[in-house]
Amino acid sequence: MDTGAESLIPFTGIGASVRRKEDLRFLSGRGHYTDDISRPGQTHVWFLRSPHAHARIVSVDTAAAARMPGVVAIFTGADTAADKIGGVPCGWLIHNKDGTPMREPPHPVLAHGKARFVGDAVAMVIAETRQQARDAAEAVAVEYEVLPGLASMAQALAPDAPAIHEEAPGNICYDWHIGDEAATDAAFARAKHVVTLELVNNRLIPNAMEPRSAIGDYDPTTGDHTLYTTSQNPHVIRLLMGAFVLNIPEHKLRVVAPDVGGGFGSKIFHYIEEAAVTWAAAKIARPVKWTADRTESFMTDAHGRDHVSVAKLALDEHGTFLGLRVSTQANMGAYLSTFSTSVPTYLYATLLAGVYTTPAIYAEVKAVFTNTVPVDAYRGAGRPEATFLLERLVDVVARDTGLDRLEIRRRNFIKPDQFPYQTPVALQYDSGDYFSTLEMGLKAADWAGFEARRAAAAAQGKLRGIGISTYLEACGIAPSAVVGALGARAGLYEVGTIRVHPTGSVTVLTGTHSHGQGHETTLAQLVCEQLGVPFDKVEIVHGDTAKIPFGMGTYGSRSLAVGGSAMVKAMDKIIAKAKRIAAHLMEASVEDIEFEKGVFRVAGTDKTKAFAEISLTAYVPHNYPIEELEPGLEETAFYDPKNFTYPGGCHIAEVEIEPETGHVRMVNFTAVDDVGRVINPMIVEGQVQGGVAQGIGQALLETCVYDGDGQLLSGSMMDYTLPRADDLAPVSVATHTTLCTHNPLGVKGCGEVGAIGSPPAVINAVVDALRDYDVRHVDMPATPAKIWSIIHGNARRVAAE
Amino acid sequence: MPQVTLTVNGKQHSVEVEGRTLLVELLREKLRLTGTHVGCDTSQCGACVVHVDGNSVKSCTTLAVAVDGASVTTIEGLAAADGTLHPMQEAFREYHALQCGFCTPGMVMSAVDLVQKHPEGLSEQEIREGLEGNLCRCTGYHNIVKAIDAAQEVMHGRSTSIAAAAE
Repeated sequence: MDTGAESLIPFTGIGASVRRKEDLRFLSGRGHYTDDISRPGQTHVWFLRSPHAHARIVSVDTAAAARMPGVVAIFTGADTAADKIGGVPCGWLIHNKDGTPMREPPHPVLAHGKARFVGDAVAMVIAETRQQARDAAEAVAVEYEVLPGLASMAQALAPDAPAIHEEAPGNICYDWHIGDEAATDAAFARAKHVVTLELVNNRLIPNAMEPRSAIGDYDPTTGDHTLYTTSQNPHVIRLLMGAFVLNIPEHKLRVVAPDVGGGFGSKIFHYIEEAAVTWAAAKIARPVKWTADRTESFMTDAHGRDHVSVAKLALDEHGTFLGLRVSTQANMGAYLSTFSTSVPTYLYATLLAGVYTTPAIYAEVKAVFTNTVPVDAYRGAGRPEATFLLERLVDVVARDTGLDRLEIRRRNFIKPDQFPYQTPVALQYDSGDYFSTLEMGLKAADWAGFEARRAAAAAQGKLRGIGISTYLEACGIAPSAVVGALGARAGLYEVGTIRVHPTGSVTVLTGTHSHGQGHETTLAQLVCEQLGVPFDKVEIVHGDTAKIPFGMGTYGSRSLAVGGSAMVKAMDKIIAKAKRIAAHLMEASVEDIEFEKGVFRVAGTDKTKAFAEISLTAYVPHNYPIEELEPGLEETAFYDPKNFTYPGGCHIAEVEIEPETGHVRMVNFTAVDDVGRVINPMIVEGQVQGGVAQGIGQALLETCVYDGDGQLLSGSMMDYTLPRADDLAPVSVATHTTLCTHNPLGVKGCGEVGAIGSPPAVINAVVDALRDYDVRHVDMPATPAKIWSIIHGNARRVAAE
Repeated sequence: MPQVTLTVNGKQHSVEVEGRTLLVELLREKLRLTGTHVGCDTSQCGACVVHVDGNSVKSCTTLAVAVDGASVTTIEGLAAADGTLHPMQEAFREYHALQCGFCTPGMVMSAVDLVQKHPEGLSEQEIREGLEGNLCRCTGYHNIVKAIDAAQEVMHGRSTSIAAAAE
């Protein structure tokens, strides 16, 4: 029975926009990031990095540097090699078309023999202060024999290009494919139209605001190693670094990822600096700290995207899609980063059906080594590349065939009654309603009223355009058996422990990691909902392998779909056990115990026990079924997902171009996404807005630029244009929910939809704005220089009518 | 080594520094006030913004010796002594204007100075332009702009609370 007092407590369960628990510490300057940690006696590292993209390391002379003030130790690749330190591993094995495994050259912790990108670490200088380490690094004399730098895939694939790795002749990592080639050929043979589009997915530099940082600590008396690191997945780092690089068993290696200032994928991977400080701390028996400056972030954080593709779509006379053929080159950079190999394959080509019923798809992907920073997952990881290709292609099809761009989408959408829908590229979508998200988006963006706005803008001398993207993505990676069969070298379940304390408060230990997503709030809401425990009595703990049983971390929008589901499973166990205790206390049969809103009740009676009474009994088991039930109230569950989840929706961008400058101004952005059940609408809105901002950044502003020798030209925040507040327009966010059918919460994930859906919407709007200039495609980013050249280089097409 | 005497969040400190020591290093490493962050090395991101004698300053490009005798306020010193949040902090929380929290201290300090310097009030576009020196990679700025708009109403006495400003 609800009392008056209870109804005054604000609702904090599923669906409430609860303000975030974590905000108070962040707003008060009491966040606890890795660089805020200072270990007693800690030393500081400066990594000396190769200034050359490709060079043989002839010699490294550290003698003068070792005599510099404050220097504690200097290590080079020869030292790590002598200690038999392994390379940092790649987590996903891809097979070539012919069934042979990909080329997997080692990625040494410190470069040995050769440096393969500007930023490759050649020596680590350890000193009492960071400045001393930096000064001493200047005094390390490295003799390089400079080799030709292969900055682009075109250079690396040239017939006479030198091999970056002896193990990978021709600089090919793999040549992979998916889909039914014969069926796709047959579809093209009977096609009425074939539309071809060549496009580039521009290389991005993630730029989480917190630079990476790592502190190694070692206790010589116990042999315990600790690594504090800016990671999205501390258990994964423990597994990779302990097992593959440093040979430290799990029970002697603790990895702590405290507050982390944004990741966007770039902090998933096991980086060489983590292994270096952990190894060095044991060597010198003192803590060793490294924090990147932004310049190092630009040249060592894994970059994202960087695809060059040719796509061909076959259509019948009604505009129905018959077949899709895609050929992509994907840049791996100089070494294979942790998940690099999976991104342009299973996270990309499997998404090429999109929201359409294309019956035959064939895609081939060639992964290429270059003398650039390793490339890996960045917000969306593969799915933005697939979405950009597909949604641009559909607009080009509309343009080339004269069909309306909305009509051609509707004509080819998967219909609501076709779910579960099996695509020709391995995925089975469980749910979605693309017609509804489209209609909502068109209404919210006032698509119907656009031509009036275009005319009004034209009267002001501006070119206004509107663009749409109807996208789908795959989150919540993924059934372990499935990913294992595809080459993943890890399981992808998640772990949750629910620790109910004697007085009924709850600590949750989750294997996911929050670095901006608000897990301390959202995951607490799950506990409020399921156990009826007040919000302020729930604490979420994450980011420490010494506290959390296990976990795979946070990426691919998996925290709620996989991590939340693990919590639900653990809470189910809590409730099952608590019911047995309640049955004992109320002298009833366990089958007659009902549990709702934190109260156990004997069905059909007024006999009740509060949740806190049960938890107290569990820990003070004086009157307790001790023969059949252990004391305590704590449960752990591992949840292995049954499928990916498939968020999708409709993004609409409206832009205005100033012809005199070529500047593209974002006027409006509308996102209607189906992310499954929404736990905290405020947080979902924030995630979508942030993702869209990064998507707009990719479309209009950001791109990584190397010169022909492999020097990074966009290597600072003055050169790489991150979106600023006045570059962006308000983003209107709405959701339309179809539930995920295979996880207990019905959730799909919201972290990446913004970055996945938005870039083609923006470019489609830009191309639409330029419709009088005979523009078929614009590669990203649509910078003022590029747009100005189009406007002033193309004669304005005068409409015959 | 030079000695620098300065007041930080109302408390006086005398600290030995190197000539090249930056204000942010003094704050973070000598005074252990780690709320002020370093996000870049080109004075672009604004995560390091503090107030020096009432003006917002990028502490990553300010030499410690240059602020001898100055009064510095950091994010740790913004709330009232009893812990009551500054209206800007309250507004950031209410409007979900932060995600990972790393840019937040600098963003809040910049926003406070921006609003204080404009008692006449700022339009949405002026707020966006006023944030030129601060980068956020998480939020897309939308909620930051909303939060600053609400906070200026309270800071200039046009509204009694952030919740009321939201009406």
